[in-house]
Amino acid sequence: MKTITFMLNGSARRLTVDETRMLLWVLRDDLGLTGTKFGCGESVCGACTVLVEDEAVRSCMTPVSEVDGKKVVTIEGLAKDDRLHPLQEAFVEHLGYQCGYCTPGMIMGAHALLLKNPRPTRAQIVQHMEPHLCRCGAHVRILEAIESASAAMAGGAR
Amino acid sequence: MTRHDHDHELEVPAGWGFVETFDRRDFLKLTSTGLLVMLTIEPVFGRQEGARQPGGRRGGYPSDPNAYVHIGADGRVTCLVGKIEMGQGAMTSLPQLAAEELNVPLTRVDIVMGDTDVCPWDMGTFGSLSIRQFGPVLRAAAAEARAMLVAMAADRLQMPAASLEVVDGVVRSTADRTKHASYGELTAGKRIERRLEGQAAVEPVSAYTVVGKSAPRRDGRDKVTGKAKFAGDVVPKDALHARILRVPAHGATIEQADVAAASAVPGVRVIRDGDFIAVLHPHRDEADRALDLVKATFTKSPSTVTDETIFDHLVKTAPAGRAAAEGGNLANGEKLAAQTVEEKYLKGYVSHAAMETHSAVAAVEDGKVTVWAGTQTPFPLKSQVARALNLPEDKVRVITPYVGGGFGGKSASQQAIEAARLAMASGRPVRVVFSREEELFFDTFDPAAVITIRAGLDAQKKIVFWDYTVIGAGERGAAQFYDVPNHRTFVRSGWGGGNPPDMHPFAVGPWRAPGANANAFARESHVDVLAAKAGMDPVEFRLRNLTDARMKRVLETAAKTFGWTPKPAPSGRGFGVACGIDADTYVANMAEVKVDKATGRIQVVRLVSAQDMGVVVNPEGARQQMEGCLTMGLGYALSEEVRFRNGEVLDKNFDTYELPRFSQVPKIETVLVPSSDQASHGGGEPAIVPMGGVLANAVFDAVGARVRQLPMTPARVKAALA
Repeated sequence: MKTITFMLNGSARRLTVDETRMLLWVLRDDLGLTGTKFGCGESVCGACTVLVEDEAVRSCMTPVSEVDGKKVVTIEGLAKDDRLHPLQEAFVEHLGYQCGYCTPGMIMGAHALLLKNPRPTRAQIVQHMEPHLCRCGAHVRILEAIESASAAMAGGAR
Repeated sequence: MTRHDHDHELEVPAGWGFVETFDRRDFLKLTSTGLLVMLTIEPVFGRQEGARQPGGRRGGYPSDPNAYVHIGADGRVTCLVGKIEMGQGAMTSLPQLAAEELNVPLTRVDIVMGDTDVCPWDMGTFGSLSIRQFGPVLRAAAAEARAMLVAMAADRLQMPAASLEVVDGVVRSTADRTKHASYGELTAGKRIERRLEGQAAVEPVSAYTVVGKSAPRRDGRDKVTGKAKFAGDVVPKDALHARILRVPAHGATIEQADVAAASAVPGVRVIRDGDFIAVLHPHRDEADRALDLVKATFTKSPSTVTDETIFDHLVKTAPAGRAAAEGGNLANGEKLAAQTVEEKYLKGYVSHAAMETHSAVAAVEDGKVTVWAGTQTPFPLKSQVARALNLPEDKVRVITPYVGGGFGGKSASQQAIEAARLAMASGRPVRVVFSREEELFFDTFDPAAVITIRAGLDAQKKIVFWDYTVIGAGERGAAQFYDVPNHRTFVRSGWGGGNPPDMHPFAVGPWRAPGANANAFARESHVDVLAAKAGMDPVEFRLRNLTDARMKRVLETAAKTFGWTPKPAPSGRGFGVACGIDADTYVANMAEVKVDKATGRIQVVRLVSAQDMGVVVNPEGARQQMEGCLTMGLGYALSEEVRFRNGEVLDKNFDTYELPRFSQVPKIETVLVPSSDQASHGGGEPAIVPMGGVLANAVFDAVGARVRQLPMTPARVKAALA
C-alpha cells in the first residue's frame, strides 16, 4: 500500500492504495469514474484511454503508482461547466459513435493528438487513432469529427 | 467523405430523451395521472423470423398489451418499449413514429426501453425488427391515443371529432382556432387507462412530417461525456466484482480446484456451488488476481477438430437437410446448359466482438432480484433468471442500460444469470463483466460454413440451373433471386440451435444477418464466376439474369453512383459488385480494391452501397447503420476468423483476433433508394450481407485470382495467385 497524490480532472486526489493496481480499476471501482471503459485489459483496444501529463495512456495497463505526482484527465474532465469540449461537440455533430462504448477512449485519444498537433492531416489522424477499435463501424464519422474539431479549435473554439 | 445531408437539428434539449434510471416508483408516479394506452395487436412479422417464435404466443407476442404510450398532464408523451438501444438508434427512431402519429413535436416524446417491470413484453432486439415489426405496433398505439384524445376534446369543446385537428399536441377546431384543448389539459387530473384491441387509422406516408427526416440522436451528450451508463457502470452500494473459474477448452471439466490461497487474500470471498466457483472482491483487478491464485486441474476436451479440419467435420456431421427453395427440374437444366461450373466456398467462425464484453449487475432486495444487463433479450432473460434461481417470474426484473454493441451476440446473456446466482449466494450485489478472453470463449459464434454450388449457362448467357447446398450457415439469404428456371437450395443445419451436438465445437448463434453473409458470399462469387465464363461484365450479366424490379433498381443506382463502366472481369481495375436481400431490404454494394501481389494484402479503396429499405424513418440513422455494416463487413471478409484446437479458442484478445481498423476503412458512399410505396424494412443488417462477395469479386477483377474462402487473408490471396 502506498499513498498516491495526483491531479484528477483538475482536483488534487490523495489515495492510499496497492500501488501495483491498474489505473483503470482505481478510476472505476475506487473513484466511481465509470466513463473510462474496460475493453480488453491488455492495451489492445483503446477503450480505457486517459491522459497522463497530456499523453494518451491505456489505463488498463498503467499501474496507479505511475501517476503519482502527475496530472490525469479522464472523459469526465473534458467538458467545462457543462460546456462540451470541441471534440465532444464534433462527435455529437458528426455522429462519431453508435453504441458509444469506445467513444470516451476515442475522444481522449484524439484529444492527446490535438494537444500535440493541433492541425493534423487525415493520414496523421488515422495513424494516431489506429490502435483504437470501434466495432460498430463509426470510423469514417470519427475521422470527420476529429478533423472538424481541429478546425474549430484553430478558429478559436476550445 | 461520406455522403450525408445535414438537414437535422443538432441541439439536443436538456432533459430530453432516455429515461435510464426509471424505477418502479417513477412508473407509478408517471402513470398516476394522464392517459395510458395499452394496445394489443398482432405485429407484422418478417417472413423468416415469424416461424421461430416461442410457441403459445401470437406471432411471438403474448395476448397481453404489447405497446404502451402514456400522455402526461404536462403534455409529454412517453413510449414504453421492450426493445433496447445498442447503438442502432432505435431510441431515436421509435419516438419519431409516436411523434408522427400523435402530432406532437419530437422534443416532447420520451422513451423507456428494455425494463421488464415497466415495458410490455418483447422477444428481443434482433433481426432488424425494431422499426419494421415493432414500429407498426407503436404507431398503432400512438394513433389510438390520438383518437382518444380527439374524442375527449370533442366532448369538452362540444364539437364533432371530425371538425377537429391536432397541431403540436393541441386539439383545435379547424373552423375556429380559439376553440382548443391541449393534450395536457385533456389528461390533467385524470387517470385513464385504456386497453385496446382496435386499430385507429395511422397517418398515410404522404402526410409524414417527422418520419423521413433525420432526427438528432438522443444519446449523443451522454455518450461523449462518459455519463452514458452501460451495465458494468451500474454500481449498487456494496457491490462485489465476481470472476468465475473457467475451463480452458470447450468440453473440458474441472477435476479439482484448490481455493485456499485465493480465500486467504484479505477482502476476497469465494463462492462454490459444485463446479461453479467464483472469487469476489469490491475491486475488479483484485478479483482478477485472486482468480489467478485458484489452483485447478481440468479434464481434456473430447473435441479433436481445429479451424483447419472443421470443414470436413461439418460435412460429415451435418444433418441430412432439406430443400428450402425449389423450382423447375435440375436434370433438365443440366441438359440445357452449354457451360457448367461447380465450386465450393468456405467461411470460418466469426466472433461478435462487441467492445463492451458481456456485463451484468444483480442485486437482491426483499426476495426480488434486479439484474442490470447488457442484453438484447431482457424478457427472455428474465424467464431464464427466474428458472435458474427457482423464483416466480414476478420476483425478477431485468433493466437494460445502454448496450455497448450486440450484433446478435447479446441475445445470449449467461453473465446475467451468473451475476444473479452469485448475488443470491453472497447476499451482496454482484457484478459479472467478462474478460475479453471469456468473451471470445463463450461467444455464440457465427458458424463456419461449407457451400457448394453447381450452376450452368445456356448459349444466351442465361443461368439455366442452380444447385446449391449450404452446410453450417443455415437458410437465411440462401435462396437466390436471379431468374433461374431450374433451381434447388438445399439447407443442411441451421445457424443456431437444433444441430447435432458434435457438429460445432462450441456455441453458435445469430451474428448480424445470421447465415446471410456466408450465403451471399457464395452466391455472388459464383454469379461472378458464371459472368466470367460468359465473358460478360458482372453488372450486365446480373441485369440479364434479373427481372425483380427492386433489385434491378438498387443495382443500377449503385452502378451509377460508383461510376461503373462495363468490362468483363478480370479488368485489372479491382472493381467488384454483389447484391443481397435481407430483412426485406434490397441492397447492392460495389467496391474498388488494390491487391499487393507480393504480400497478398487487400486494401479497399472505396465502397458504394445502394439500399431500398422502404419508408426510411431516420435517414441519417439509416446511413449510419449502412456505414457500420460496410465497415464491420470488412472484418469477416478480410481478417476475422476464430482459431481453435481441441475445444480451446486460440484467439484470446484483439492482438490476434483482428477487427477492421482506421487505416483499412475506405471512402464510403451510401445511397437510400427512394421507395415510399414499401413499408419500412430492416436497416441494421442488410448492407453487411454482400461484403464477402463484393470484395472477393473485386479481388478477382484486380488480379484474376478467385479466393473461395473467407476471410481472404494475405496467405489465402497468395495461394489463389499461385
